[in-house]
Amino acid sequence: MSLMLVFALVFVIGAVAFFIGRQRAAAHDNGKVKPHSRAHYHGWWAFLLATLPALLLLAIWSIGSSVYLNSHINGQLPAQTAESAIASRTLAASLTKSLANGLRKLEPEAANNLPATFTELQPMLAARGVALAPDTQDYMIPIAVDANRTQDTMQLIGGVLVLALAVAGAVFGLSKIKVRARARNNVERLILWGLLGASTIAILTTVGIVLSMLFQSINFFERVPFFSFFFGTVWDPRFAAAGAGESAGQFGLIPLLAGTLYIALVAMLVAVPVGLMSAVYMAEYASPKVRAVVKPALELLAGIPTIVYGIFALVTLGPFLRDLSAALAGGTSFIQAQSILTAGLVMGVMLIPVVSSLSDDIITAVPRAMRDGSLGLGATRSETIRKVILPAALPGIVGAILLTASRAIGETMIVVLAAGVAANLTLNPFEAMTTITVKIVNQLTGDLEFNSPQTLVAFALGITLFFLTLIMNIFALYIVRKYREQYE
Amino acid sequence: MNIMTEKALESAVSDKMSGTPNEIIKMRGNKVGVFYGEKQALFDVDLDVRENQVTALIGPSGCGKSTFLRCLNRMNDTIDSARVTGKITLDNEDIYDKNIDVVELRARVGMVFQKPNPFPKSIYENVAYGPRIHGLAKKKSDMDHVVETSLKKAGLFNEVKDRLLEPGTGLSGGQQQRLCIARAIAVSPEVILMDEPCSALDPIATARVEELIDELRQNYTIVIVTHSMQQAARVSQRTAMFHLGYLVEEGATDKMFTNPDDKRTQDYITGRFG
Ligand SMILES: Nc1ncnc2c1ncn2[C@@H]1O[C@H](COP(=O)(O)OP(=O)(O)OP(=O)(O)O)[C@@H](O)[C@H]1O
Ligand SMILES: [Mg+2]
Repeated sequence: MSLMLVFALVFVIGAVAFFIGRQRAAAHDNGKVKPHSRAHYHGWWAFLLATLPALLLLAIWSIGSSVYLNSHINGQLPAQTAESAIASRTLAASLTKSLANGLRKLEPEAANNLPATFTELQPMLAARGVALAPDTQDYMIPIAVDANRTQDTMQLIGGVLVLALAVAGAVFGLSKIKVRARARNNVERLILWGLLGASTIAILTTVGIVLSMLFQSINFFERVPFFSFFFGTVWDPRFAAAGAGESAGQFGLIPLLAGTLYIALVAMLVAVPVGLMSAVYMAEYASPKVRAVVKPALELLAGIPTIVYGIFALVTLGPFLRDLSAALAGGTSFIQAQSILTAGLVMGVMLIPVVSSLSDDIITAVPRAMRDGSLGLGATRSETIRKVILPAALPGIVGAILLTASRAIGETMIVVLAAGVAANLTLNPFEAMTTITVKIVNQLTGDLEFNSPQTLVAFALGITLFFLTLIMNIFALYIVRKYREQYE
Repeated sequence: MNIMTEKALESAVSDKMSGTPNEIIKMRGNKVGVFYGEKQALFDVDLDVRENQVTALIGPSGCGKSTFLRCLNRMNDTIDSARVTGKITLDNEDIYDKNIDVVELRARVGMVFQKPNPFPKSIYENVAYGPRIHGLAKKKSDMDHVVETSLKKAGLFNEVKDRLLEPGTGLSGGQQQRLCIARAIAVSPEVILMDEPCSALDPIATARVEELIDELRQNYTIVIVTHSMQQAARVSQRTAMFHLGYLVEEGATDKMFTNPDDKRTQDYITGRFG
């Protein structure tokens, strides 16, 4: 019995339970006693009792049987010999499994009289579109056949058990239907658990990410001292020297951090004023017609992949600024083609819609009564905006700006293309600099071993970045929370 | 008892004044109509607002009282779909004329809203907001003076004099409404429009605001929208009854409440309406 079929059957049983349950509950309602829950809640409760335990069992059974199958195959493999063509036992086991999977694709009649050698078998499988590793051995064929047979029995037993449980659950649920039974509360509680589970997934994932980075970072700090990472001013990971032992290279965070903050600062200098002003325009001045066009257009801008902005910076803006500076200075250009300025400008443009759309929501959330109050005293529109609306919206706007800043700090593609990958430490915005994210990509895309400091540093950088943005986000949320009720 | 005698006195005064040539018309609406988009909410309203009197606008919900009130200081301009026809004058000047500056008009015709809406600023800054915008006080001491007198006139000063720098939003509803009145007074308007100023207040706070309105009448012209017949009778000298966007009738409060010309007014006042 295939997994899909069992799955479908469980749902069919559940659906039947739902309809019977609903009907029964409706029949119970004789008008004398007020039923506790409406009929469809009884139906849903019967549905949930029928499906949830059964699906749980199905999941456990599937995992359990695949574990069992693994050890079954392992037990049948011959002992490893020195002249064995295959490197390890695990490899042999996985080859056997893919062979078993491949055999399932054969016609029943071909499957019943299999050739004894892999050389004969291979073309048959290839004809069915199954490609297998050439070092699959002949002795694996009977093992694979046996594995398939075991798997079939396991699935059959599991399927029967699951369906039996589903029916039992349905019967149990239906037997519980009484006039005053609290089906509604039961259903509501399960929904709550479901929602809770969904939100836990996000949190657990975050915890998992942090932990995995943390372990690798600890690994890194065993090789490179804490101090020389956080306070080092030279970034020189010496890829060439990797594994050579004594000279591990220098991993100073400062140039990267400085680059990250510098580029983000330039970007914010562009994005915040422009974004805020466009938000004020949209929220306060634009007629509904203009707003209906401009707002989606701006939000469309936010949907452009950052690499597209990066390409624009690389092929258009960067060269343009270089040529412009050359023209201004009479020959020698003082703006490099890849520079902080280029990256910052383009990133700023990318962030404008983020700032404006967040701020627009915040500004429109300021109650109309505030505007009326101010206009009613004879204030002009701009006075009202400057003196009443913006101060009232300020905490929200600060929060929006901080959220935007963490996006600027996390941005990678634009920087690679527009500011380059050279880890300089400079104050000159016309020169190249690079950021933490770019270096993470850089360190991980070499084909170095995973336990060299050159690679591990990526995790240390990652966790630094994580905490940097985390602190900014917490700070943003804190500000937004603290001042939120002000005008209510 | 007391109220009755006071009212009798007032109506005697207003009776004596009505029809006399020195009674000044502060604002005059002439065939005022208002459209919200395609829908007409107000039809041909002719209504006079007399100086240093309280004019009450009454009528069932949705009949256009707020709409008319908002025409008087052009707050309807802030609603995109609203369009006003007819003519409204302030001291015989058309306020919808091209040469009229809305900002200046609103400084002369102030407004207090139904729901107290103090700014999220300190009590002091709330009151100082208007004078600051219009440059009414040059020095800090002048501003202090304006704030203090406005709060005093609004009957709020004693309650808040020790906490002027605390946020205005931290006051009670009644105090907030008086703060909004102080804020409106601070720009020295000539006319004050009040849209159900007591609807969010308890009876005691209401009584205070009503007292206040009566005192303010000495210096200001007041137009008030109210759903409370008692309030209209207590504070106003003239009453205008609206129904379905039309002005049903208008007259001295005393006469409107004892002997109205129109049956609809009679029904509405006695609570037999709709
Ligand atoms: N902004 C608006 N847009 C569209 N229609 C409006 C708007 N404001 C008011 N109206 C309509 O105009 C009519 C009069 O409204 P108005 O607010 O003047 O009534 P009101 O007499 O003040 O009522 P209430 O006593 O309930 O405050 C109503 O039918 C209302 O639906
Ligand atoms: Mg109203």
